[in-house]
Amino acid sequence: MTRPYLTDDPDSDGCLLARGDWRLEAMDNGRQVPALPEGNFSRVDATGIEKLDSAGALLLLDCLRSAGVGRNELEVDPTHQALVDTVARAMESDEPDHAPGLGGLTMVLDHIGSATRTMVSNLLQLIGFLGQTLVALATTLVRPGRLRLTSVVHHMEQTGFNALPLVALLSFLVGAVIAFLGATVLRAFGAEVFVVDLTTYAFLREFGVLLTAILLAGRTASAFTAQIGTMKSREEIDAMRTLGLDPVELLVLPRLIALLIMLPVLTVVAMIAGLAGGLVVSVTALDIGAEMYFNRMYEMMELQHYLVGLIKAPIFAFVIALVGCLEGLKVEGTAQSVGERTTSAVVQSITLVIIIDAMAAVFFMEIGW
Amino acid sequence: MNEQTQDANREDGNDASAPVIRIRGLANRFGSLVVHENLDLDVHRGEILGLVGGSGTGKSVLMRTILGLRQAQAGTIELFGQATGAGHRQQLERRTGVLFQDGALFSSLTVRENVEVPFKTHMPGMGGKLRGQLADLKISMAGLPSHAGDKLPSELSGGMRKRAGLARALAIDPELLFLDEPTAGLDPIGAAAFDELLQTLSRALGLTVFLITHDLDTLYAICDRVGVLAESRVLTIGPLPEVEQHEHEWVQQYFHGPRARAAQAGQQRSQD
Repeated sequence: MTRPYLTDDPDSDGCLLARGDWRLEAMDNGRQVPALPEGNFSRVDATGIEKLDSAGALLLLDCLRSAGVGRNELEVDPTHQALVDTVARAMESDEPDHAPGLGGLTMVLDHIGSATRTMVSNLLQLIGFLGQTLVALATTLVRPGRLRLTSVVHHMEQTGFNALPLVALLSFLVGAVIAFLGATVLRAFGAEVFVVDLTTYAFLREFGVLLTAILLAGRTASAFTAQIGTMKSREEIDAMRTLGLDPVELLVLPRLIALLIMLPVLTVVAMIAGLAGGLVVSVTALDIGAEMYFNRMYEMMELQHYLVGLIKAPIFAFVIALVGCLEGLKVEGTAQSVGERTTSAVVQSITLVIIIDAMAAVFFMEIGW
Repeated sequence: MNEQTQDANREDGNDASAPVIRIRGLANRFGSLVVHENLDLDVHRGEILGLVGGSGTGKSVLMRTILGLRQAQAGTIELFGQATGAGHRQQLERRTGVLFQDGALFSSLTVRENVEVPFKTHMPGMGGKLRGQLADLKISMAGLPSHAGDKLPSELSGGMRKRAGLARALAIDPELLFLDEPTAGLDPIGAAAFDELLQTLSRALGLTVFLITHDLDTLYAICDRVGVLAESRVLTIGPLPEVEQHEHEWVQQYFHGPRARAAQAGQQRSQD
């Protein structure tokens, strides 16, 4: 391969000669491009170019432009004419009009601004969607025959029954960990028996429902988004609307009702599993017998603790179902959008669950429960 | 003129008259389902070969097998006179370009970045400015407006995505271009424009094109030869007038149905 080069024609005045192999391979893959020699040129003779590819044609035409030579003053080999013409036509239509990019700080501010706006509009949309769902729920209460029972049961199985082993196992383990942790701290005071109080308090009031809600936020909210999102991207939702069916009534309500029923049930399971975890640790690793554990538990367990935990379950169910379904309905077309929305659903629902739980903790403390 | 371009442009130690793709005795099976059996196919330098066939006759499977995305159960495939195998992959990738059905653009990259990908992989030393210039050139050659380069694939229409896919497939001036239903899903005007674009580019760049299509208009407008895939093999291959005469039932129905007649008539009108 001979390198491509440009040279002043010694025989003819003002004529630029292009010679060699004008392909990217011959230019060391674009690292060595032919340089324009000094001088004034009125025409270019490129008939001596042995081989040409579109990159070579681009560079040749570029040189032509910077030498101030018109297209008509370029002479090429007939076999290269079509290629040069095509590239020249593409270059003409290619007027560079890139929008000026934003600078560093402006870009940061731009990102912060748009993120804030997204957050606010997400919240407003969620509240709007809550209203829409409540209307649909009320309509269904007036005419219960319109509720899709099969769908409700299906989602109860998917979101509730199938999650049972996971919820039980994780709660059991967290219960055991809390008992261990409590024992480590309380041993210093010789008050190991309060491990029972700690586990009971923690699981009845907070962890039973919080663990369940966080697990379902990851497991169920994402599933809702992916299911509804896929339907949205295949235009199934639009098809429903044109057939006079209400997607909220058909898709959102069954999922919401299923979760409203199953989240409290799972919460109770989580409470029992957590207490069992505490029990196993107390019996095997600490000097607290099973009898003592149960006695202590009965002594301090009051209905209000149980209610404080359980009352949050339907609220979390609402949050998880609504966020999951709404994010699904926000999907636009592409598979990438489904992925983005799913992530957003999980993040939003977990965040909201924890925020609401914290607010509830303050509230119950204030009212003295 | 086309032949001349090739002879002048390509040498690479290969015989110019040897087929670019040479397939012998190819067999593809999915479990008990036989897709290809004893399939032979030659694609010559500089031609546009159209491949047609009913649904499920394995057009896309054949393309995927040639590209090495799928391992055939039997048979040999030679590209540019070399048997395809692990050793030659890099070189073959550099000499072939592929346009998948929906463009298959990388969704996280802008169109320009998509077109720059082949330069980055095959010509790592190239300067950013030249790469950007070349990418813009290809985008423009594929018939896209220059502002399309900054867009993400999801912001483009189906037809524009195909053009962007073509720009990427053409990026490093491949000798052999694979196209999987390039005009499917385009409106007739867009499809005709795409046909014309393909023809112009293949003439200008001396391309060999392997084209899978259902589009009768494309067949009549730009294909030099047409191959019919049926009964697990290439049933017949040749210039359209010859292929039309084949007495196989599917061929008869395909080329003598009302749509084929309309396409034929349209082609004659445009030639007059």
